[in-house]
Amino acid sequence: MSAATGSPHGATPADAEAPPRGELTSGRAGAVTAKPPGMRTTVGVLLRKELLVELRTLESVPGMSLFAVTTFVVFHFALNRSSVDGDLAAGVLWVTLLFAAILGVNRLFVADADQGGFDGFLLAPVDRSALFVAKMLALLVYLVAFELVAIPAFALLLLGPPLGQALPGLLAVLALGDLGVAVIGTLVAALAVRTRARDLLGPLLALPLLVPIVIGGGRATSPLLTLNHPGALPGRWILTLALYDLVFGLIAYALFDFLLED
Amino acid sequence: MERSSLPPAGSTENDHRHPGAKHRPPGDVRYGKGLRALSISTVGVMALALGLVFFYAPLEAEQGFLQKIFYVHVPLAIVALCGFVAGGLMAIQHLRTRDPRWDMRSYVAIHMSLIFAVGTLITGSIWAKGSWGHWWVWSEPTLVSFLIVFLLYATYQPLRFAIEDPERQARYASVFAITAGAFVPLNFIAVRLSSEYLHPRVLGSTSNLPAPMALTFLVSLLAMALLYTTLCKYELTAKHTRAQLRALRRQLAGEGADAQARRPRSAAPTALRQAATTMTARAVGRSGA
Repeated sequence: MSAATGSPHGATPADAEAPPRGELTSGRAGAVTAKPPGMRTTVGVLLRKELLVELRTLESVPGMSLFAVTTFVVFHFALNRSSVDGDLAAGVLWVTLLFAAILGVNRLFVADADQGGFDGFLLAPVDRSALFVAKMLALLVYLVAFELVAIPAFALLLLGPPLGQALPGLLAVLALGDLGVAVIGTLVAALAVRTRARDLLGPLLALPLLVPIVIGGGRATSPLLTLNHPGALPGRWILTLALYDLVFGLIAYALFDFLLED
Repeated sequence: MERSSLPPAGSTENDHRHPGAKHRPPGDVRYGKGLRALSISTVGVMALALGLVFFYAPLEAEQGFLQKIFYVHVPLAIVALCGFVAGGLMAIQHLRTRDPRWDMRSYVAIHMSLIFAVGTLITGSIWAKGSWGHWWVWSEPTLVSFLIVFLLYATYQPLRFAIEDPERQARYASVFAITAGAFVPLNFIAVRLSSEYLHPRVLGSTSNLPAPMALTFLVSLLAMALLYTTLCKYELTAKHTRAQLRALRRQLAGEGADAQARRPRSAAPTALRQAATTMTARAVGRSGA
């Protein structure tokens, strides 16, 4: 990792600005009065930058995955059980996902705050909400990537009933849960990153806000993971999760601009 | 802010301050205005509410005297939650107008609601112990959601005072206050959905209460709301006065403008510091004229 530490520094401001400018100038043969790039272009560029930085540094996803696997081992010893199902399985799964996600949330804006990424972004003539959308999508990608490791590891190490029967429902619940975690995580990360105690404040702010997601996710998952009598996917909880995601998505989208004003 | 033009602190300044207080400039808000009338009416309604609770409201059939805590606990909870939401609305106002006074009001509303929330949790625990035999009951969704809301708002002050820059502090605190204000109703819906109703719910709506109980409850609610408003107003007045005092003291000591930077970090939001500086500037201008 030490060989790659220079890359976020180099990649953050440069990649955020270079591609749209190059695209515009090459398209119109050096037109100076180019319009600022649209929302979709900006989000695409920022997201590409995020994923590139993550690929080069490998700071978030491997750490989150390793943390999740280790937590399953810890749960095995703490609960003194070789397999879990039903409520307990849903609880273990969601607690692990949540804490691993918080590791990613804590790191989300650190490079931007410490290495001038915010300044670079603010200098570009683009919509500021684009940063929120891009960061949110990046966090979503991290979550999905780490769950590709964590869910099979959970099935292998702890889960009693076979994963296959629960998988379609579980994927739907996880998708909604991840979206909510990504939305709230991005807002909280942006709130906490420029404070003195950001490593402490991030989780403190995020956990209460994520409690409804744990409620919805846990209740929706537990019938899926029940031994012998797997229940149907409870529509009520899916609806709750979706509504929560929607409302907080709108709130975070509306408020994010105010966090970038300096 | 030319404090070098400040006349030496002495009797002349005192003479200037009194006529100055009579015709204030329109921008100068007096936070203490109406405080006396508000305090007196709070004490009156509070006394009336307590009188009704102890002498008028009938004893509840199942819980007996213990049920009287209902008239304290539920108004405390309602007022605290309304205060949290009001803090969010004031924060919206702050982000819209950029007036630091809205930030200070939002701060005071949330601060006072936190204190009321502690009261709610304590009285709720006492009630739970008395009626169900446990200090904490997970099957009571209102209590549980209240705890979650409390835990969220408990991070408001740590967040606020972990930010150095005063302007950013106000802005970030407002963003938090709005998010958390929207979280309050959502969280209540989510927690209520999650728990089955095991216990008969005394604290639903007032419609299923007998008339004397409903009347007592409404008067108690009014008293608690008045108490909240009065305490908020006292806190605003106290902060304002303290800022004013600090400004005057600094003026008396004849410190330079750079002394403000060396001052230790205070718990008061930045609006006060700005109010203090404008006031000092105004006082300087007035005494200079």
